[in-house]
Amino acid sequence: MTERTLPSEGWPPAVLDPAGPYSEPVTLLAWVLLVGGTVILAIVLAALWVALRGSPRLKNRLGGEKAIWILGFAFPSVVLTGLLVWGLLLTSSLSAARVPEGAMRVKIIGEMWWWRVHYQDEQGRETLRDANELHIPVGQPVLLELEAADVIHSFWVPRLGGKMDMIPGRTNRLLIEADAPGVYKGQCAEYCGGPHALMGFVVVAHAPAEFARWQASRRPADGAGGEGLALFLSSGCAACHTIRGTPAQGLAGPDLTHVGSRKTLGAGILPNNPGTMAGWVADSQAIKPANRMPPYHQFSGEELQALTAYLVALK
Amino acid sequence: MKGGAAISVLMLLGACAPAPVETAPADTDAVARGRDAAARLGCGACHDLPGIAWPKGRVGPPLAGFGARPLIAGRLPNRAPQLAAFVTDAPAMAPRTAMPAIPMKRAEADDIAAWLLSLDD
Repeated sequence: MTERTLPSEGWPPAVLDPAGPYSEPVTLLAWVLLVGGTVILAIVLAALWVALRGSPRLKNRLGGEKAIWILGFAFPSVVLTGLLVWGLLLTSSLSAARVPEGAMRVKIIGEMWWWRVHYQDEQGRETLRDANELHIPVGQPVLLELEAADVIHSFWVPRLGGKMDMIPGRTNRLLIEADAPGVYKGQCAEYCGGPHALMGFVVVAHAPAEFARWQASRRPADGAGGEGLALFLSSGCAACHTIRGTPAQGLAGPDLTHVGSRKTLGAGILPNNPGTMAGWVADSQAIKPANRMPPYHQFSGEELQALTAYLVALK
Repeated sequence: MKGGAAISVLMLLGACAPAPVETAPADTDAVARGRDAAARLGCGACHDLPGIAWPKGRVGPPLAGFGARPLIAGRLPNRAPQLAAFVTDAPAMAPRTAMPAIPMKRAEADDIAAWLLSLDD
C-alpha cells in the first residue's frame, strides 16, 4: 500500500485557485510569467538548434546584424519593459498603501509555530484575541497587520491574497478578501525552523449576517468546567494558555477561549474533534515534533477524557 | 518405515491447523472509504495507521494488522458490529479508556470497522 498523507481538508492549500480580488491578479501574473517564460525558452532552444545544426544560410541570418538588433535588443527591451510596467501597476493595485474605507483590521503575529490573531476596531484598539484561525465577512477587504515575535515567518493564504513576510520589529500590511463563504487554508511560507511545514492557518469567510452571529458568539467562557477545568488549572496548562472567564491567563501559547469551535488543531493541521484533541493534549510531540507544548504523560485515561470534554466544549 | 513416521507426524501436525475461517469477501469500497474516513477524522493523532504517512500518533496502539487481533482493547470480540460501536463511542464499551467518543456518521463507523478488519499484516 502506498503511504499517503491526508491531513485536514484543504491543507496544504491550493495555490492556483484564486477566490478573491487580491488573489486573482497574482495568479494571472504567475500564469503569464510561466507561459511567457516557456515561449522564450522555446525560442532560445530553437536558436541554439539553428546555431548548431542549421543550414549555413540560417546560421548566417541568426548571426547577422538584423537578428542581433531584433532578438538581442528590441525583443528583450519591449518584453522586459512591458512586464516591469504591468507588474508594478498590478502589485500597486494590491498594495495596502491605499486601504479601502472601513476595511476590517486584524493584527496577526507569527510565532514558532502558530499565529496570534488580534481583531481590532477601526481605531486599532484590540477587540478580541484568538489564534490560528481568522474569521472575515465575504466581499469586504480585510487589512492584516503582520508582525513576528521571534523569527521571520510569511503569511500566505493563496486563494485570498498575496504572500507577505512577517519580520520581527516591523509591521507589514496585506489586504485579503474572499468572494464567497468558505474555509480557506494558509501556510507559513518562510522556513522558520523545526515544524515550519506544520504551521498552517485557516480563514473562514462568512456571509455578512452569519459573520455578525459569529462576532456575537465570541463571549468569554462561563467559568464552569468541573473536573476538566480543574485539571487544566492544576496540570500547568494555564501557565501557557488563556481561557477568558477562568483563572487561566497564560500568554505563551494559543488562546483557548474558543478552541472547541476552531476548524483545526495544531495550527491548521488536524481536524478538530474529541479524538484529535485527546491525542494533541497527551502527545503533541508525535504529531508536530519540536513544537513548544510538552507531552503530558501524567493523565489517566479518565482524566484525559475529562480534559478533552472540557476543551471541545469551549465554543 | 522412516517415511511412514514422517507422514504420520505431518498428519498429526495437520490436525492441529485451525478449521478454515469463513470470511466474507471484503467490501473493497467500504475498506477504501473507511481508510479515507480514518484519515479525515484524524485517527492518526493517536494511532499509527498503515498506509497513512502522517501523523503517526503514539497515544493509542498502532493499528497495523488490526484485523488479525482477537480482541478490541483487550476486552471485546473483534467483530464488525462491536468494532463500529467502539470507534464511535469507546468509553461506553471500555469506561476507563482515554479514547473519547468521536462524533461520526453510522456509515463512517461501519466503513472504518471494515477497513480495520481488512488490515491483516
